[in-house]
Amino acid sequence: MPLDTAPAAPSPVARAMKDALFAAIIAVGVFGPLLAFKTTQDMQNRLIVEPRWDLLAVVVLLVWAGRFLLSLWRSRVQPETTAAIGSHLLWGLVPPTVRVVIRNGLPPAALVALFVYPMMILSLTGGSGALKWIDNFGIQILIYVMLAWGLNIVVGLAGLLDLGYVAFYAVGAYAYALIATKVIPATFPGLGVWAFWICLPIAGILAAFWGVLLGFPVLRLRGDYLAIVTLAFGEIIRLVLINWTAFSNGYEGISTIPRPSFFGVPFNASDSGFAARFGFEFSPVHRTIFLYYVIVCLALLTAWVSNRLRKLPVGRAWEALREDEIACRSLGINTVNTKLTAFAIGAMFGGFAGSFFAARQGFISPESFTFMESAVILAIVVLGGMGSLIGTAIAAVAMIGGTELLRELDWLKAIFGNDFDPAQYRMLIFGLAMVAIMVWKPRGFVSTRMPTAFLKSRRAVSSDHVKEGHG
Amino acid sequence: MSEAILSVEHLTMRFGGLIAVNDLSFEARRGEITAVIGPNGAGKTTVFNCITGFYKPSQGRITMRHADGRTHLLERLPDFRIAQVAKVARTFQNIRLFSGMTVLENLLVAQHNPLMSASGWSIGGILGLPSYGRAERRAIEKAAYWLDKCGLTDRADDPAGDLSYGPQRALEIARAMCTDPELLCLDEPAAGLNPRESLVLNDLLRFIRKEHGTSLLLIEHDMSVVMEISDHVVVLDYGIKISDGAPAAVREDPKVIAAYLGVDDSEVEKVEAEVGL
Repeated sequence: MPLDTAPAAPSPVARAMKDALFAAIIAVGVFGPLLAFKTTQDMQNRLIVEPRWDLLAVVVLLVWAGRFLLSLWRSRVQPETTAAIGSHLLWGLVPPTVRVVIRNGLPPAALVALFVYPMMILSLTGGSGALKWIDNFGIQILIYVMLAWGLNIVVGLAGLLDLGYVAFYAVGAYAYALIATKVIPATFPGLGVWAFWICLPIAGILAAFWGVLLGFPVLRLRGDYLAIVTLAFGEIIRLVLINWTAFSNGYEGISTIPRPSFFGVPFNASDSGFAARFGFEFSPVHRTIFLYYVIVCLALLTAWVSNRLRKLPVGRAWEALREDEIACRSLGINTVNTKLTAFAIGAMFGGFAGSFFAARQGFISPESFTFMESAVILAIVVLGGMGSLIGTAIAAVAMIGGTELLRELDWLKAIFGNDFDPAQYRMLIFGLAMVAIMVWKPRGFVSTRMPTAFLKSRRAVSSDHVKEGHG
Repeated sequence: MSEAILSVEHLTMRFGGLIAVNDLSFEARRGEITAVIGPNGAGKTTVFNCITGFYKPSQGRITMRHADGRTHLLERLPDFRIAQVAKVARTFQNIRLFSGMTVLENLLVAQHNPLMSASGWSIGGILGLPSYGRAERRAIEKAAYWLDKCGLTDRADDPAGDLSYGPQRALEIARAMCTDPELLCLDEPAAGLNPRESLVLNDLLRFIRKEHGTSLLLIEHDMSVVMEISDHVVVLDYGIKISDGAPAAVREDPKVIAAYLGVDDSEVEKVEAEVGL
């Protein structure tokens, strides 16, 4: 038999068409009973069935078209994995020289943008509108960037899954709130204006101490067990804060927390206030802008320290611990100390962020430190690519900025009618986006690891080799 | 005959009712290559895990004698101190490299303790003190030296997980050597190597002993490696030492032959009486 009589492979278009047809049939089956019939009451209050064939047709058509395009596209790029397609789609269009420029130029450009952002917003929107953009978007995102960078030390570098990170955030917040409202007025009232700057390091040290305290019992735990104990730790801290009312005032929380001063100059309308001292007209936005710069500096400090630590022996030991703990011990690395330093330093940055959070809000209660917060911070770290600072920052902007933006979707009412409340769909959209990103980039936005030292050239290590850690 | 660098005395390791190693005593002498051999399940790796602190022996004493006269009782040290203070390094039967880190980084992690003190327990390192920079450059030089010895210089900046099996074995030995050990314990270094790679390994091990004065203790199944390079062979079977001596003598020992090949039915009782069963 000559070979050419073998049946020719169907063309990609035909195959995609067939595929799409099946999808459409399934869509009819799935959506038919759900969408095609609607029960309503007529004038006589009787229940009647109102057919909605048009709606069903639109949905099925959408499914058909979507499936058709998807399978057509798949057949074009058959040999590559979906992950590779994703990165190629955007990145592959960029010529290599431009890529280098983007890669090297992005961090400084982002830094400049970070510093001019409040001024830009102020000039664009003026006074009152700026408050929302600087506070909700700027400060809010940066707090999470900082928290994620702190947690990244524990989860991304040392590979220890910590589901209770919010506990350290709470320790920092309550440390500041309690010292500033109770201890300082009772002992050195004159230091009141300096409260934030005094409490910031104390909050960090306290959180680090609690990090070590959590570290000790979990030293021998791995994987799921570690995750459960850290989760419980986060809940314990929150429950203590709720129930020990004499200490933390329970659910009512702590209010009238002193706001930070401009290095001793308070932000108020008085003659000795910031505005009068520096010859501005008083505006509440000054404090917000100042807070913005404080959190920028704190976040950059976190990034700088963790980047520096990564290139030091302790950072290499963290990563080695993530790769293989037994091999670490055979090389004379004290894994107990290594884990504890990871917990302590990660917790310290959580404490800094917590004390900043208390200062910014002026009011804290245990409600702010639920497991949801831990989950969001962990999601940012995982989404960003474990261990990568830039990826984590991008993920924080996408996640926190994204959820904030979803509050702004009032224009959707024009499409879906007046009783549509976009805020209620936030978590749904949020979840869908996370699933989509994890399918597209299973190891996060930045899925390569940069070596900390090199002999001839620094080449990124593919995520295929990098382990997630056993804890 | 040189003095013993490692003395294992009356070592017993029980796992519940199972006695993996029973009253084992042997010595590894300084500057020699000592091989521990035996059929599968004889307890060789258990002995290694006891020496390197991964198991705490049920009974017995393991003494490490340094060239300067200091001694360490290994069964009393936690595992990481055995590498750090007692200067005993090891490799693993199933290779344990840091696969997501580059070849060079693997060798730098092995120099953790000297680098850690050079970095002032990270404080000086964070502040960027020049003394740490110098220490790191020295560490990279040392890593480059061992990469050269293992023929891995070209792969220095590749992830360790990218190497094929033979080079991974070599890298694991290089990584252990970067801890400056006095005694290097190798758990089946030739497993999975082809004959050519085995020869290269033999040369590397001889080089380590000759140039660095490191004594070697190795578990091996590959008899070409054992007979070729070892000075002294200890044979285990069912956790008991059945023979101990020079390779040529061990090879002729009827108990060893019986353990590896079995004996004729007519001789079973005689051999059992000899072995003490």
